[in-house]
Amino acid sequence: MTKLLEATGLVKRYGALAVVNGVGFHVAANEAVGIVGPNGAGKTSLLNLLSGAVPVSEGRITLRGEEITGQDAAWRCRHGIGRSHQVPKPFGGMTVFENLLVAATQGGGFAQREAYDRAVDSLELCGMLAVANRPAETLGLLERKRLELARALATGPDLLLLDEIGGGLTDGEALELVEVILDLRRRGIAIVWIEHIVHILVKVVTRLVCMDAGRIIAEGEPQAVLKDPVVISAYLGSEEVPA
Amino acid sequence: MTHAYHVQRWTRRSIASTALIVALNLALLAGPLLLSANAVDHLTTLFVYVMLAITWNALAGYGGLVSVGQQLFFGFGAYGAIRLSQAGVPVYAALLLGGVSSAVLALIVSSFMLKLRAGEFAIGMWVLAALVQLLVSLDPIVQGATGTSLLALNSFAPAARRADTYWFGLLAMAGVALLLFLLLRSRLGAAVQAIRDNEEAARSVGVQVGRTKRIIFVLAALGAGMAGAVWLATSISFQPNTYFGVQWTAYMIFMTLVGGIGTFEGPILGAILFFAVEAGFGAQGVWYLIGIGAAAVGFALLLPQGIWGWVERRYALRLLPVGYMLNLRGGEAGRQRGFARRPSTKPPAASPASEPS
Repeated sequence: MTKLLEATGLVKRYGALAVVNGVGFHVAANEAVGIVGPNGAGKTSLLNLLSGAVPVSEGRITLRGEEITGQDAAWRCRHGIGRSHQVPKPFGGMTVFENLLVAATQGGGFAQREAYDRAVDSLELCGMLAVANRPAETLGLLERKRLELARALATGPDLLLLDEIGGGLTDGEALELVEVILDLRRRGIAIVWIEHIVHILVKVVTRLVCMDAGRIIAEGEPQAVLKDPVVISAYLGSEEVPA
Repeated sequence: MTHAYHVQRWTRRSIASTALIVALNLALLAGPLLLSANAVDHLTTLFVYVMLAITWNALAGYGGLVSVGQQLFFGFGAYGAIRLSQAGVPVYAALLLGGVSSAVLALIVSSFMLKLRAGEFAIGMWVLAALVQLLVSLDPIVQGATGTSLLALNSFAPAARRADTYWFGLLAMAGVALLLFLLLRSRLGAAVQAIRDNEEAARSVGVQVGRTKRIIFVLAALGAGMAGAVWLATSISFQPNTYFGVQWTAYMIFMTLVGGIGTFEGPILGAILFFAVEAGFGAQGVWYLIGIGAAAVGFALLLPQGIWGWVERRYALRLLPVGYMLNLRGGEAGRQRGFARRPSTKPPAASPASEPS
């Protein structure tokens, strides 16, 4: 499979503390990769490095074979890497539709008419058409999570980085989001998804990565990783994963 | 498949109000021919206040860049005009270019000032204004705190100067307002607001944060600089302590807070109110200033969205719209705030259809 994004020897240090410590990671076009691990394992830090939100201390990142290590988040977004945030960050003073227009025009580089199309398409896919004209600051948690997803989608990404998009939701709400994310996969968008709700994660991903203390401790087919004694010891605590 | 939809940017009401505002500006052109000298002077002052209010609001209300040092650009606009006039530039061209010189100064200082965040930026701008005031005072032409005058204006008869300055102020105000309106309606305007609401998220959806902030910063400086140049044309004399005084930014904050921060119409209303309050109570000296300060604090605590912000929320009223309204052919989104849908002339929703306006 062609590697869409590849990171080698990634390190992120804050003073003496290495929160990401020598991580090698890749995702292929149209692949869905899950990342799990205990709190403080370095999952969000890894996502921040991949998205360009924070600069790397060491290591190299390539996109479609071209080095992008020094590029910032805005550049990476304009070149096909969209992301959602663990804690939703809506543009609260703007409407939902305007949130998506910013993403479509700035990140996607779409001209006005195409940006409108892109925004409406993303709203429809994420089930947000009914709240399109509501100020984003008035949305509830599920709608804010959906907005994160829709806004990232409006940039026209080839790769979506999702950070605990199911966190704080009920099982039913999380399953609704799974359906949306599966739809994105069918559209050929590659996905890297950090999630603690493992049973919804495995409905989407084809490969699972487990991190602990800034390193990858297991990687492979999801069920095999979940049965790995190292993963059970560091993260799961038991082999039982709800279906 | 994309829903059939229509993106609405104008309503009948906003078209009517915009036409009215344009007509009012055209009518104001006749001011010096119809009004008393005192009224012309007062209106010129109002133009200055409107420029100060709308540009500070653009910077803080839309861009999230709260500055208490905008007097830097007000003073530098006036100083630039004096310097250019001394260099032989015709006086009204010097006034225009004086305003532009503030924009150039803003472009230069933006390279380091926009690296500061929130309170650091606010106070940093004040410090920079004080620093530039000191540097300007060292200019031999300015003669320290004594100041100087725009002597070239003395060659005009008082009535002609009053009228020319009025027209210059009116055109400057209309030009700055139009520039800001077009900017806020453009894709850049939405990007500016995104940065205000969450800079990290804005960057993550592709917004070039540094470039976008710089544009709004420079535009705000242009407005303040033009205001300083018009003020100089009305008073002729220039003293650094007066032109670089922090009271100018205090006025900007008052007008914006009272009128409605983050709305296009609010600061214009705030400027008119401030103008009226000053005309009525300005002679009360320190008590007037205490009253202005108390009113600003009161609004910040009790009505933080300002008068127009309250009206806009309560009545969904936008006279000068800078946003976007999505109306679906099925009406789902359009009904959210009671916006009427336009009659559909497109095929049913089954086929993709868009009709941006």
